[in-house]
Amino acid sequence: MGHFWRTSRAAALTAAIAIPVALAAPACAEDSFKLGVVTFLSGPAADSFGIPARNGGQFVIDELNKGAAPAPYDKVGFGGMKIEPVVVDENGGATKQVQELRNLYERENVDVVLGYIGSGDCLAVAPIAEELKKMLVLMDCGTPRIFEEAKYNYVFRTAAHATMDNVGLIRYMKAKNVKMDTLSAINQDYAWGQDSRADFVAAAGQLYPDVKLQADLLPKFGAGQYGTEISALVSAGSDVIYSSLWGGDLQAFILQATPRGLPKRSQLVLSAADHVLPPLGDKMPDGTIIGARGAYGLMSQKSPVNDWFFKGYQNVNGVYPVQAAYRIAQSILGLKTAVEKAMAKNGSKKPSTDELIAAMTGLEWQSPGGLIQMKLADGHQAIQPIAFSRTKYNPDLRRVDLVDIQYFAAECVNPPAGVKSIEWIKGGMAGAKCN
Amino acid sequence: MYLFLTIVLDGLIEASWLFVVALGLTLVFGVLKILNIAHGSFYALGAYIAATAVTIAAAHSLPPALGFVAMLISVALIASIVGLLLERGLLKLFYGRDEVVLLLVTYAVFLILEDTTKLIWGVNPIYASQPYELFGNVEFAGLYYVGYDLLLIPAAAAIGLAVWFGLNRTVMGKIVLAVIHNEEMSVSMGVRVNRVYAGAFAFGVLLAALAGALTAPKISMQPGLSSDVIILSFAIVVIGGLGSVEGAAIGAVLVGLARATSVHLMPQAELFMIYLIMAAVLMFRPEGLFKRETARRI
Repeated sequence: MGHFWRTSRAAALTAAIAIPVALAAPACAEDSFKLGVVTFLSGPAADSFGIPARNGGQFVIDELNKGAAPAPYDKVGFGGMKIEPVVVDENGGATKQVQELRNLYERENVDVVLGYIGSGDCLAVAPIAEELKKMLVLMDCGTPRIFEEAKYNYVFRTAAHATMDNVGLIRYMKAKNVKMDTLSAINQDYAWGQDSRADFVAAAGQLYPDVKLQADLLPKFGAGQYGTEISALVSAGSDVIYSSLWGGDLQAFILQATPRGLPKRSQLVLSAADHVLPPLGDKMPDGTIIGARGAYGLMSQKSPVNDWFFKGYQNVNGVYPVQAAYRIAQSILGLKTAVEKAMAKNGSKKPSTDELIAAMTGLEWQSPGGLIQMKLADGHQAIQPIAFSRTKYNPDLRRVDLVDIQYFAAECVNPPAGVKSIEWIKGGMAGAKCN
Repeated sequence: MYLFLTIVLDGLIEASWLFVVALGLTLVFGVLKILNIAHGSFYALGAYIAATAVTIAAAHSLPPALGFVAMLISVALIASIVGLLLERGLLKLFYGRDEVVLLLVTYAVFLILEDTTKLIWGVNPIYASQPYELFGNVEFAGLYYVGYDLLLIPAAAAIGLAVWFGLNRTVMGKIVLAVIHNEEMSVSMGVRVNRVYAGAFAFGVLLAALAGALTAPKISMQPGLSSDVIILSFAIVVIGGLGSVEGAAIGAVLVGLARATSVHLMPQAELFMIYLIMAAVLMFRPEGLFKRETARRI
């Protein structure tokens, strides 16, 4: 009896507290926007991409919640609603990410999930969001396959895919009269490395029709030691060596290749190397041609939004922002634009998923990296401008500066709507608007 | 001819550090009959400790040569202590149990060390390349090789010879060989087998850590380092024969040459070649190239 009483009393007490909280819950939900954020917090991609993305996301969300961002992003949070981030680690593989995505929607009750860097993860989670009829904003991942091999209503990608990196790189080389009669390549043996290699070789075939592919190396991801590969590349003696290596692999490759004279014998062109410039410093050979997967970091252009982001991020984190930080920033600002566009239509109520999707489809917004336009995949896939440059170590600032920067318009380096990337490249990149 | 020499040189450089790792693995198996899954973690531990020592030396403006020496001494000290502690504090509790239990224990150690290195050094890639420039470059047939890489070949050969000499030409080595061949008989002859176990395990850890330290200046240390190494090391000792020093040497050279040949001639088959050789050896010599078949004691 005593036990029952205690239990009943406890239950009554719980109910007394819980009922008002439950009643108050919708009002709270109206005041906040719960955002699932997925990025690598551990694993090989954490240092180069995941942690900069988390830091970039944290900075933007803090600033938005304070109403401290410049116009047109100066309204608090998303349309007055405070943003409540729920951050999840992307490490662990696609199967784990599928479960984590379900948890975010069904247990954490997030309004939208935003994030993902790995192509495999993006390909795995997109059908799940579609099945659950929940909005998913992919912030990065390189593979063009997401919208080229499937059609989604609830999924968006707010950054251009990897085709832009390689088409832009070839256009830069042509614009700068880089000689390329012979080409060698070293890329990681997984989706990103192989897709990048295929795009670059195909694009090279268009603008350098006589180019001859020599050493074509695909070391496994995380190989770390490239002595033999460097011998093969030096022996080949190609005019150009192309690589989409990133992170620790790229750092190790540069550290091992430079003393063996590879950058002096061949022109190194690296499609996504901006993030290794701060850690490598003077170890990065001068004159290397690099891309950053956008007009990002030291290649970003002056604008009120970029000044706010670049300086603010640097002040908070002690280093300047690189590609992943820019990509999550443009993703959050795009979502904010969509939320506020939807709220302008529905009388300032918190928008439903369908209202959000309608607002996001075909959206355009200014980001720190330039104008983002959701022009592909029926308004679900972004295109954006990109920049390339050469490295030059600055001993006074003790950092690698980027010189000879050239910008390319989004429609010059991205395929038009309705055309598969590789077919567009092989067809001569018809319809590209480069002037 | 030029290509052949390049392949041989690249293969030997690759084989040199792999041999040092595999030597530790095969010794531990020979003496303790433990297939040590955690061996790759000791390699990673050595690499991380070396990077820390080099970074500290550079921060104190010490010359790279001194940093290199400090790196080797610190790795030797810490690895020996860790090896002894693990053997005395953990592994000896499981001696006499089924070999699978010991395999699982070393797997647990592997997982613990993986997370420990993350806790201490973080998840970000770190590197300490100062010693890599210590020995300059050498031109060979129009190719520049880093002197440090070339010196790894005689260094590994010296380590291998020292271990072979120690095992075959010293009293202590003969005691270890006696334990390898027949533990029960060794005990009856008054050998303190527990001490041999502890020494052999600590020495195996030291070799793995030393290999990590020697490769640290040219790689970027990051999580996952240990698992890649242990897979290759297992392939080498399986090819050479578990417990055989000569087998580890030949296995490492075969793996190094196979990898170099495929990278130069058929890059797509790089990983396949290594396991093709392993499969071919196992087909004709299931005990590995150098392990003698032994009668099973009942």
